[in-house]
Amino acid sequence: MIRLTAIEKSFGPVRANRGASLDVATGEIHAIVGENGAGKSTLMRILSGMFRPDSGRIEVNDRDVTGWRTADAIASGVGMVHQHFMLVPTLTVTENVTLGAEITRRGQLDLAKARQDVQALVDRTGLVVPVEHRVAELTVGEAQRVEILKTLYRGARILILDEPTAVLSPPEVNELWRVLRRLRDEGATVVLITHKLDEVMAISDTITVMRQGETVGRLKTSDTSPSEIAKMMVGRDVVLAGSGRVPGEAGRVEAGSETSRAGALPASRFSLPALEVRDLRVASSRRANVVDGVSFAVAGGEILGIAGVEGNGQTELIEAIAGLRAATSGNILLAERDITRASVRERGDLGLSHIPEDRHERGLVLEYSVADNLILGQQHHFTKRGALDTERIGSHARELIGTYDVRPTDPALPARALSGGNQQKIVIAREMGGAREFRVLLAAQPTRGVDVGAIEFIHSQLRQARAEGKAILLVSADLTEVLALSDRIAVMYGGKIVAIVDGMSATAERLGPYMTGAAAA
Amino acid sequence: MIAFLAQTLRIAMPYLFASAGGVVSERAGLIGLTLEGYMLIAAFCAALGSYFGGNPWLGVLAGIAGGAAAGLLYGLCCIRYRANQVVVGIAINLFAIGITRFFLRLTFDSSSNSPRLAGFIETGTGFFALVRNPLVWLGVLSLPVVAWVLYKTRFGLRMRAVGEHPIAALSVGVPVQRVRWFAVALSGGLAGLGGAYLVFDQHQFTDQMTAGRGFIALAATIFGRWDPPRVALACLLFAAAETLQIHLQGAQLVPSQFVEMIPYLLTIIALAGVVARAVPPAALGKVYE
Amino acid sequence: MKLRWLGGLRGLRGLARLKLEEALLPPVVALLIALLVGDLLILSFGQSPAAVYRQLLEGTWGNAYGLGQVLYKTTTLAFTGLSVALALRAGLFNIGAESQLAAGGFAAALVGLALPAGLPSLLVLPLYVLAAGGAGAIVGGIPGVLKAKFGAHEVITTIMLNFIVLALLNYLITTRYKVHDTLHTAEIKSGVLPRLADFYSPFHGSAANAVLVLALVIVAATWWFLFRTRAGFELRAVGLQPPAAEYAGVNVGGVWWHAMALAGAIAGIGGLNYVLGYKHYYEEGFSAGAGFLGIAVALVGRSHPVGIVIAAVLFATLSQGGLAVNALVPKQMVDVLQAVVIISMATAVPEVRRVLLAVRREAGSGKREASTAPPNRTPLPFSRSTP
Repeated sequence: MIRLTAIEKSFGPVRANRGASLDVATGEIHAIVGENGAGKSTLMRILSGMFRPDSGRIEVNDRDVTGWRTADAIASGVGMVHQHFMLVPTLTVTENVTLGAEITRRGQLDLAKARQDVQALVDRTGLVVPVEHRVAELTVGEAQRVEILKTLYRGARILILDEPTAVLSPPEVNELWRVLRRLRDEGATVVLITHKLDEVMAISDTITVMRQGETVGRLKTSDTSPSEIAKMMVGRDVVLAGSGRVPGEAGRVEAGSETSRAGALPASRFSLPALEVRDLRVASSRRANVVDGVSFAVAGGEILGIAGVEGNGQTELIEAIAGLRAATSGNILLAERDITRASVRERGDLGLSHIPEDRHERGLVLEYSVADNLILGQQHHFTKRGALDTERIGSHARELIGTYDVRPTDPALPARALSGGNQQKIVIAREMGGAREFRVLLAAQPTRGVDVGAIEFIHSQLRQARAEGKAILLVSADLTEVLALSDRIAVMYGGKIVAIVDGMSATAERLGPYMTGAAAA
Repeated sequence: MIAFLAQTLRIAMPYLFASAGGVVSERAGLIGLTLEGYMLIAAFCAALGSYFGGNPWLGVLAGIAGGAAAGLLYGLCCIRYRANQVVVGIAINLFAIGITRFFLRLTFDSSSNSPRLAGFIETGTGFFALVRNPLVWLGVLSLPVVAWVLYKTRFGLRMRAVGEHPIAALSVGVPVQRVRWFAVALSGGLAGLGGAYLVFDQHQFTDQMTAGRGFIALAATIFGRWDPPRVALACLLFAAAETLQIHLQGAQLVPSQFVEMIPYLLTIIALAGVVARAVPPAALGKVYE
Repeated sequence: MKLRWLGGLRGLRGLARLKLEEALLPPVVALLIALLVGDLLILSFGQSPAAVYRQLLEGTWGNAYGLGQVLYKTTTLAFTGLSVALALRAGLFNIGAESQLAAGGFAAALVGLALPAGLPSLLVLPLYVLAAGGAGAIVGGIPGVLKAKFGAHEVITTIMLNFIVLALLNYLITTRYKVHDTLHTAEIKSGVLPRLADFYSPFHGSAANAVLVLALVIVAATWWFLFRTRAGFELRAVGLQPPAAEYAGVNVGGVWWHAMALAGAIAGIGGLNYVLGYKHYYEEGFSAGAGFLGIAVALVGRSHPVGIVIAAVLFATLSQGGLAVNALVPKQMVDVLQAVVIISMATAVPEVRRVLLAVRREAGSGKREASTAPPNRTPLPFSRSTP
């Protein structure tokens, strides 16, 4: 039995858990669902002893264990399988499973005994892995089984899995379900974090729904439906309140009231595609087809939103279009010109702007000044006789800082010194108001981690660009944002686009089943 | 033929000791740039120990202690204070040259060498002199023992885990820092034995007497892909090349300088992966918090 | 609103102070530790630290000859320090400055021997710079290419290449180019540069020469390159944040090997100080560890051209000072001190940063909602793990 009550946990200004609670009965499979950032992982890390709660109470098997550490949790039979595997690739399965709890005999590792024990565990649980192979040689599914074996080897009776299916193929998922059911039938308790509703329906006995750090519901799986859960996850009030429920209309209003910039395409919803992607396939280090045959087109004056749970190929899709990741097959066309093999710089000069999803990693050089960051990627347009034209860089910076209201206004400050919202304004300013005219904007998570004021500002910038006839491809993990801004919405699941719906008629309820794999195209 | 083998073994001895230390250090995630410094400091300590203690075994102990102390200095900077391993590694080698020179002047009032030391065997360099030297037996055993520790003991398993994926090791309760501390001390002690061997082989300490042997040992560690049996073969290969060169000196077939290059060239080739790429431990040189 | 603005202001002033403290504290700490170790060594030799340090200063800055020697050593160290620093700015360790320096000197000597006697210096100087720089660029460029193409770690390849190049030079000098019974080439007759003593006689006997001017020109040029050109902008971006550089359309592998070749060229040109300015021939072993000390110079100079000149003067003073105090304590003392400066500097940089951040966090206790980036990303050279 697990009972978490009134859990509070903050990281700096971010309140990850606000009075969250959880009730899990022994011998059940319990799913915790919620959007990205709903506080699921934090809650589970508190349960497994990785974090201490700021306040609240943790009880396991009727014992108050509030604030325990990982070692205590392991000793009490609570084991966590992390989203990112904690395995040493060069060691064998047996070595990985026994590491930290090694069997020794007269000062020497008893590998034969260890192998036997691990094999016995494999046989008993059905978590089939070749125990003598090195982990580097295993498939992702097998590696995950090793992680589960690790916790079971240490005597776990309560198993916590964080997004266990994120990296698995469908047959591997089925295999995992089989094993988890078997463990449950033997009396183990399984807590599972996920945001895929088809999985929740398939595997869980009970469900806890979280939103914005709070627990908003506890349901019996047999008594509920995916659409009911999706509604609880997204929060109906938010969906209904969004001012951008009729985004197309808003865009047209702005288009009428403002003159478009010189050289920009006319604001037409039916103009030629500014960006077209044809049957694109992209590989990642982990999977051959992270993007699996995606086709779509975005016209000038249109925002195409890509909705979907993170990790379904959106990142790789954007990186492939931006030229940061090679496409294995398919074509990318910018204003009907094939740019599939073009360099990042060529794409930029042809009119492709890109707000990257991680501004700390890619979007900004944090040690560079605001002024220097405002020319990043366009540095070749700011040279004079072989040198950087510092004067023009300075005036460019002052202009953009003013137009985009970047604060503080000192262009010499390092970007690191600015708040998240102002850092993002630098990226927006550079990509949307920079030295080169753009036709197409890739906006990946444009408002992630920024304050409310900046969100509004960024949204208005995107709407204005649409009014000026720009084509915008918007990717956001925040469904509300996608709904508020998009003219059309494509849903990505498992590397494919499973649905394209009109932005006007889209609702969270309608998109939810596609995003979670509960409905196919 | 026996003379050739004996000489190869004699030349290989410091490489075997030091690369055993190199394997231990690098497998635990600490770059083995310091081997040269360990050996030099240990050689001087061994000279001091046997000169003032009157017994070569005291010299050996002093050598081990000196090497281990240098290893702990490396650990203090790079494990405790998370300093950059490359910088500290280079600096420890410079430090070793300076400190041994300084104390050479201070204790033996010479800027070049110590007085003659008896060592384990008074004269002779042939096969029979070699087998009477107990350090030779230790040297032959050093890499097999490291292999045993690495692959057959709990400490070895943990060391390999720590050098590859320290966070994974920590997540299952392996005390990462403690394992690394132990590894640097052990590495220093092993390389220290190499330094002691060198002093007794040459019957005196001379300024900068390691003459790049620590780096050849590092080359052997990398060329042998951090695997003790292969590292041992690499040491013997490098030593055999040197022996051959000495034997062929009269014939002038290959200039000695080109023979000297062999270990380094092979290492670069191995790292560039022209044949089959040598992949270092994943966490090697990385700062771990 | 007003309050928020004030808060921001306080934050900014704090930031500027933090940056300054972060830059200056480690060298101060390192020098203090070195001073302490120096005291111990001096005392162990039965001398008075005050007397030794006085002697050290008098023997270097106290007379024109000493100063000349310091300037001579500064020149070489400025080149090698700059070489290491340039590579570091691109995120790479150049441990090969030693052999790049030697190769540069040797190439210059070869050119010099091939030239007819008596050509004017200014006419042939570009030729020498080209030869020395070219040789250094080849030696430095190889590890760069290996890194860019195969991912071979530049630390190991530059070290290994040191041995290879030095052995090759040894072969060439002993078999073909040496003057009988020496380890140096014949003297160059053309285009040798004047010593400072030719302009100001009290420098008489010291090795300082016109290459010092060349060094200052190259220091300035490197500063300009790094901070005022597009290539420098891109190079620093690669060193700070490779993914951001990639996003900005920079070919990261290309920058790697260009930077290494350029670093090698700078170290190679440093060879002129000995070959063209001082002895007028190449001699085996003239680099004498200056390449390795270049790492120390880059470190203490915080990889900034101006800092490098200051650090080069410091290390040159120590080197020359060792000779000046040799009557009192063994000159090897300064070798130890130089190593101690590097070790304590490398250790102090991350530690000082950690402590300063902790102090600031304590004081501000999270009131500022500044950057959400993890604090350990600041790419102070040497404070981060190797790439």
